[in-house]
Amino acid sequence: MERTAASNPHPLRNPDPNPWRRFQSGDWQGAIDVRDFIQRNYRPYDGDFSFLKGPSQRTEKLWDKLKSLLAAELEAGGVLDADTTTVGRVASHGPGYIDQELEQIVGVQTDAPLKRAMLPYGGLRIAQKALEAHGREMDPETAKIFTEHRKTHNDGVFDGYTEDIRKARSAGIVTGLPDGYGRGRIIGDYRRVALYGVDRLIEDKREQHASSDGEPFSEEWLRQREEIADQVRALTDLKTMAASYGFDISKPAGNAREAVQWTYFGYLGAVKEQNGAAMSFGRTSTFFDIYFERDFAEGTLTEEEAQEIMDHLVMKMRIVRFIRTPDYDALFSGDPTWVTESIGGVGEDGRPLVTKTSYRVLHTLYNLGPAPEPNLTVLWSDRLPRAFKEYCAKVSIETSSIQYENDDLMRGYWGDDYGIACCVSAMRIGKQMQFFGARANLAKAMLYAINGGRDELTGEQIAPASEPFAGDYLDYDDLVARFDRTMDWLAATYVKALNIIHYMHDKYSPEHLMFALHDREIHRTLACGIAGLSVAADSLSAVKHARVKVVRNDEGLAVDYRVEGDYPAFGNNDDRADAIACELVERFMSKLRQQPIYRGAEPTQSILTITSNVVYGKKTGPTPDGREAGQPFAPGANPMHGRDRKGAIASMASVAKLPYHESQDGISYTFSIIPRALGKSPEERVGNLVDLLDGYFAGDGHHINVNVFERRMLRDAMEHPEKYPQLTVRVSGYAVNFVKLTREQQNDLINRTFHGAF
Amino acid sequence: MISPCDCLSGACDIDDDIADPVLESKAAPSRETRGYVETVETCGAVDGPGLRYVVFTRGCPLRCQYCHNPETQGRPKGDLMSAGEVLDDLARYRAFLRNGGITISGGEPLLQPNFVHAVFQGAREAGIHTALDTSGFLGAKASDELLDLTDLVLLDIKSGIPWTYRKVTGVQLSPTLDFARRLDARGNRMWIRFVLVPGLTDGESNIRRVANFVAELDCVDRVEILPFHKMGETKYSRARIPYLLGDTPEPSPDDIRHARELFAAEGVTTA
Repeated sequence: MERTAASNPHPLRNPDPNPWRRFQSGDWQGAIDVRDFIQRNYRPYDGDFSFLKGPSQRTEKLWDKLKSLLAAELEAGGVLDADTTTVGRVASHGPGYIDQELEQIVGVQTDAPLKRAMLPYGGLRIAQKALEAHGREMDPETAKIFTEHRKTHNDGVFDGYTEDIRKARSAGIVTGLPDGYGRGRIIGDYRRVALYGVDRLIEDKREQHASSDGEPFSEEWLRQREEIADQVRALTDLKTMAASYGFDISKPAGNAREAVQWTYFGYLGAVKEQNGAAMSFGRTSTFFDIYFERDFAEGTLTEEEAQEIMDHLVMKMRIVRFIRTPDYDALFSGDPTWVTESIGGVGEDGRPLVTKTSYRVLHTLYNLGPAPEPNLTVLWSDRLPRAFKEYCAKVSIETSSIQYENDDLMRGYWGDDYGIACCVSAMRIGKQMQFFGARANLAKAMLYAINGGRDELTGEQIAPASEPFAGDYLDYDDLVARFDRTMDWLAATYVKALNIIHYMHDKYSPEHLMFALHDREIHRTLACGIAGLSVAADSLSAVKHARVKVVRNDEGLAVDYRVEGDYPAFGNNDDRADAIACELVERFMSKLRQQPIYRGAEPTQSILTITSNVVYGKKTGPTPDGREAGQPFAPGANPMHGRDRKGAIASMASVAKLPYHESQDGISYTFSIIPRALGKSPEERVGNLVDLLDGYFAGDGHHINVNVFERRMLRDAMEHPEKYPQLTVRVSGYAVNFVKLTREQQNDLINRTFHGAF
Repeated sequence: MISPCDCLSGACDIDDDIADPVLESKAAPSRETRGYVETVETCGAVDGPGLRYVVFTRGCPLRCQYCHNPETQGRPKGDLMSAGEVLDDLARYRAFLRNGGITISGGEPLLQPNFVHAVFQGAREAGIHTALDTSGFLGAKASDELLDLTDLVLLDIKSGIPWTYRKVTGVQLSPTLDFARRLDARGNRMWIRFVLVPGLTDGESNIRRVANFVAELDCVDRVEILPFHKMGETKYSRARIPYLLGDTPEPSPDDIRHARELFAAEGVTTA
């Protein structure tokens, strides 16, 4: 594992004697306070993108190499290589390179790029199954250790699970619980590694430890002391890992490349030891910008080099990998890792946090081409500079690779140094974390309410038995009352499961390094979630405004519904339906707030499904809104596809009504449009997208995925229409909803109309 | 004054039938003025500048072969909406319309000029940009007061040759050209739109005639060539209207380039 300095292009250099030169001094020097450092030192940029540079020769060569590795990975069925012997830890593997001569930012999760680490602390059988799914077998010695000597998170969870929870889990009313994989959605403040150096962070942790010496005993007190001691060990391991690459990170970074490299090492340590569902990066670009600006001022860096550093960092972010089981892949398809980087936003003093490096990180989508990772998230504010808004819109239109979240809404909750974990979960960086809770299926819960707690597909009693609905036509007040009682059970069962999971996760698979990059006192949220919101809301609206007849099978189980008449559906900016959706969100949140919660966490919820809306749909019978059995739910908070008939803005307006206060873990909306429906010329499209985003966020919309795409995406839309509910084909003044066209028409559109450049 | 009965398509039933009290109302335009609305599209981005709240009205005397809203053809019927209802709904989207506005399209909006007038009056009071998307065939029905309230007219000139225009639309060309001249003389800003349909409107002399006419107008801010496509086809079978262009190909990029060049030869730049 030891490297010789001679073979390293970046030999272990002596720490910079004056790493904080030229920085404005402040509180950040006396205490660990990255936000204070940023606020005192960053330089807002309100110019345009004309300063940006293309890829360097090194970048092109390196990216070519990586692209062929990525192609090989795809060809190998998704996994290029996987470790079967060494258990992944911060310092478990020696250095690995794509091409040592070319890489300006180094470090991979194991000893080779795209070779996936083995992480059995979460669960032995799951790690074994993941390896087996990709034709590999865990080393028997390692398996033996985790069978005979070491308990895993998954073992602990199943020791705690109740019969109720097991049943709810297998019926699919709660799905995707992090009981066998890393919970993720914790963001270490990786910037601390660069700004302070690891020795200072260790010293700080030791002080924290000592400072609690005199406090009286409690289990929490002792747990925290043990955790802090473990964090110190993780930080020591981090130094060892960095040293294997030739870097001494015990002291602060002395220039921009070091700042990026140090920060990345912090992140790398986290993804070496934890396979969290979402392993997000934080909010780094404006932090990095301070270092870039200093190097420019000192004449030691060019714009080309600055861009190269960002390009190389982003390449590393694109190859973060975990090995997963087929079940997991079905739920979160596409091998996602959510290396989310939050960009922009506005400070509490009103100055936009946009810098040239905000542009540089987005520009990687041109230098390296579009990609799902890192999950580039723009924190949108009315007060962002116009030029930056336009650049973001341009990048969205050309790459469909950006998501947007409402900084004006979130700043009031989380300040101006929060980051997004995963998709929509905001947290103050280094001060807050969440206990990730996947989601509960609200639509299915409604069916349980009708069937007295029995599952509509199996007939099995899942929720506590109650009198099933016996009438022919559903009655609104009766249904609301039943649904409310089912939600009581669901919230209690669900939160109990999450408490067990996170207790055991803390105990058997703690994220020592990520916690080492947090303050001593961490604000914890318990992030619950709901799926099927629009299905449930539309079902209630159908019962209220139309007539819904119950169809029962021989055993008296309600197995289908006939909707007679029309009803207002969620997604048309119609309060008759939208108010029902808002009420559901509030009601379930109020149930969550009534539950006892592990480790003093504050309950929150999200309206987010990722791709699990398909699996949830599959596991849910017909619903009173007229949805057929197995039909996918709309993703996140989206209206059901085809039911929003007043166009995208009405749909956005409905979603924006959902109360963020009652859904503080985020409200996800996906918007897809073809370029020509967004405007005739590229300039018009940019202007219109900026107006759409400004309008949506001014109305308190929380999150929006923007897809602007052509043929490639349309092909996908043919296979997954549920992902593209609003794909409007509006050419030459003709308006058609793409997913409503017949297959032949869709083919025709793809093959003929779109090949032209007009 | 043109009699709609001069048409070839049977569209004349609009004025032949018993007068529609809604269309014939002489009351001053107000929030109470009612109109036939087929649908609303809240996210229009190609019917005028910026994002548009687009109201599609019902009823149209034309029978354009390529019409993508055939369900709006003929005499309007069904539920009515008041201008006040439209305006209240519009107001909810203000935040999106900073650089856009409202567009009334159809159908043929000028079949119900009082309704358009009432809506535009309210929009103007609210400071919202107004655009009227019309064939111009019923331009004579637009009062000067209505045109004063109209910030932009999207005028379809479907052909420059009377016989071709009739073939495409079922009605006479001259009212549209008269309307264009009137708008020009009044100083109303216009976008001219021309739909390029292979075998129907793509004849060189036809394109030249349109271009030549447009070249003489002073108030045209943009000329758009809209390539024909068939995405409205399914609506025909649903509306039980025969679709005549089933075998017509969509124009190729070369066809479009050629049409642009013909416009350019007359000194008209196309978007």
